[in-house]
Amino acid sequence: MKIVVCVNHVPDTEARIKIGADGKGIDKSGITYILNPYDEIAVEQGLRLKEKFGGEVIAISLGGESNKETLRKTLAMGADKAILLKDESDRDSFSVAKALSDNLKEINSDIILFGKQSIDFDNSQLPGLVAEMLNLPSVSVVVKLEIENNQVVCEREIEGGHEKVESRLPVVLSVQKGLCEPRYPSLKGIMAAKTKLIEEKPVISNSKKVEIVSLRLPASKGTGKIVGTEPTAAKELVRLLHEEAKII
Amino acid sequence: MNSTEQTIPTFEITENQKMVQQLARDFAEKEIKPVIMKYDESQEFPLDIVRKMSELGFMGIIFPEEYGGAGFGYLEYVTIIEEISKADPSMGLTIAAHNSLCTNHIYTFGNEQQKKKYLPDLCSGKKIGAWALTEPTSGSDAGSMRTTAMRDGNYYILNGSKNFITHGSVGKVTVVLAITDKSKGKKGISAFIVDNDTPGFIVNKKENKLGMRSSDTTALAFDNCAVPIENLIGEECKGFHQALTILDGGRISIAANALGIAQGAFDASLKYSKERQQFGKPISEFQAIQWKLSEMATQIEAARLLTYRAAFLKNKGDEIIKESSMAKYYASEVAVMVTNEAVQIHGGYGFTKDFIVEKFYRDVKLVTIGEGTSEIQKLVISRELLRI
Repeated sequence: MKIVVCVNHVPDTEARIKIGADGKGIDKSGITYILNPYDEIAVEQGLRLKEKFGGEVIAISLGGESNKETLRKTLAMGADKAILLKDESDRDSFSVAKALSDNLKEINSDIILFGKQSIDFDNSQLPGLVAEMLNLPSVSVVVKLEIENNQVVCEREIEGGHEKVESRLPVVLSVQKGLCEPRYPSLKGIMAAKTKLIEEKPVISNSKKVEIVSLRLPASKGTGKIVGTEPTAAKELVRLLHEEAKII
Repeated sequence: MNSTEQTIPTFEITENQKMVQQLARDFAEKEIKPVIMKYDESQEFPLDIVRKMSELGFMGIIFPEEYGGAGFGYLEYVTIIEEISKADPSMGLTIAAHNSLCTNHIYTFGNEQQKKKYLPDLCSGKKIGAWALTEPTSGSDAGSMRTTAMRDGNYYILNGSKNFITHGSVGKVTVVLAITDKSKGKKGISAFIVDNDTPGFIVNKKENKLGMRSSDTTALAFDNCAVPIENLIGEECKGFHQALTILDGGRISIAANALGIAQGAFDASLKYSKERQQFGKPISEFQAIQWKLSEMATQIEAARLLTYRAAFLKNKGDEIIKESSMAKYYASEVAVMVTNEAVQIHGGYGFTKDFIVEKFYRDVKLVTIGEGTSEIQKLVISRELLRI
């Protein structure tokens, strides 16, 4: 089975985000980048499929030189090879999907895995766009996966429940927490990653359709207020929730 | 301190170090931090955590892949011990004692047959290793050792007792130092690989300790324990010399253990000082606290430089007697100072088990004592300086 996992290099969940000088991007100085946590689940799923069916796992990422760190982590986890689509320019989901699918066409894989979203811009668009561009079926927010022969059975997370769907290989899946627990890259994996190849490919075209106009940080949370500790305070609490917070 | 320029390591963290640091940090956060107080309270050895650390390769960090090790150097080794010790100093100590003492003794001085027999199971963590030098009446003065190993045909017969042995009860393999020639004092000491299931190998009392409580520390006794002659490490009467070399490397790992404790206590204090409000503002805005933080951070960095320098020189294959003693002495004393201030910054909360600094404050005292007290480190350093 030829398995491709598309991975993104995103600011650490604990990073303190500041808006950059141009107001359209973030200030990247001092930020640690990590493998997008949902993509980490996709890598784990890819490795499990390889362990079950044989074949190879190829990790692919679009971005600058520093994306190699994230690709190296996927190799340390056990991916067989990695491809860096090298491009530092600002892109929207459509242009990333275009660059990815142009390359994915050549790979001709059985399954393409994504995290359900990247924790940087949270667009959740890539899996669907790529599937469309490759004319493949896609299933999003997958929490359970079974493959037999070419039959794919997935459970998706939906509001208040799970939806069971069937499809066929080749397929594009976006995965959600709960599907599987990502492994740690072992010391042996880290050592082995040094001898694995990260193939670099330039990406020239940028067919961007969406422009970021401005970015702003969310308003800082106000401090909490203790209305009182006695049962008599309940009335005042209800009044404030109704009149001030306007949530009931 | 001449020839300084040759002995200063690069200050850039390597790609390898970065990756193992991230791995050890993630592991410590997810697998150790949430459960460690339970083990501290019960003094149970966390076999489950050690099994997981073994799967990652932490029990054979510095040994070549041909023996089942990860094949990394001392920089990555120190990095891993520091990160694990930030979450639990006892688990940092487990990695240090297993790698640096038992396994490294066999790796450095064992013959090919011994290495092939013992290293793969030690490196994979299938067997936990211990190293037995100290005795009830023989600590810094190894010459007063009483455990004997008398040759009898194809065996050495061990008799005597050992004290404060890390992994004494959970270990499966122990490197034991014992006298083979009483007339020679410490120069009559030899080293043996002993399988813990050998008849006459007795695990005695497990210590109830101030700190490092999830580390397994026990007394051992040997009652006519027959060890095959092929388990002698190197030649007879070379044990003391071997032990000194092993401790040179071991001190780097204890320095890293101390560094992790200090950094962990500092990180907790920095966070707390920004959250704790008094007189209408965070206590980090008071100069009394700011000065403490500055002193702590500066001394930790100095300790880190000494530790990484010793690791760098060890990788190069240089003699590191003085450098590893300096690192161990300084880092452990800094760690004691830092944990003391960390509890002070936390005030009353720091005196409770709800805050990690309480544990660091107890755990830290081991590092100025184990693998040579600070006083012995100063003796070693001065001997090197004066070439006595």
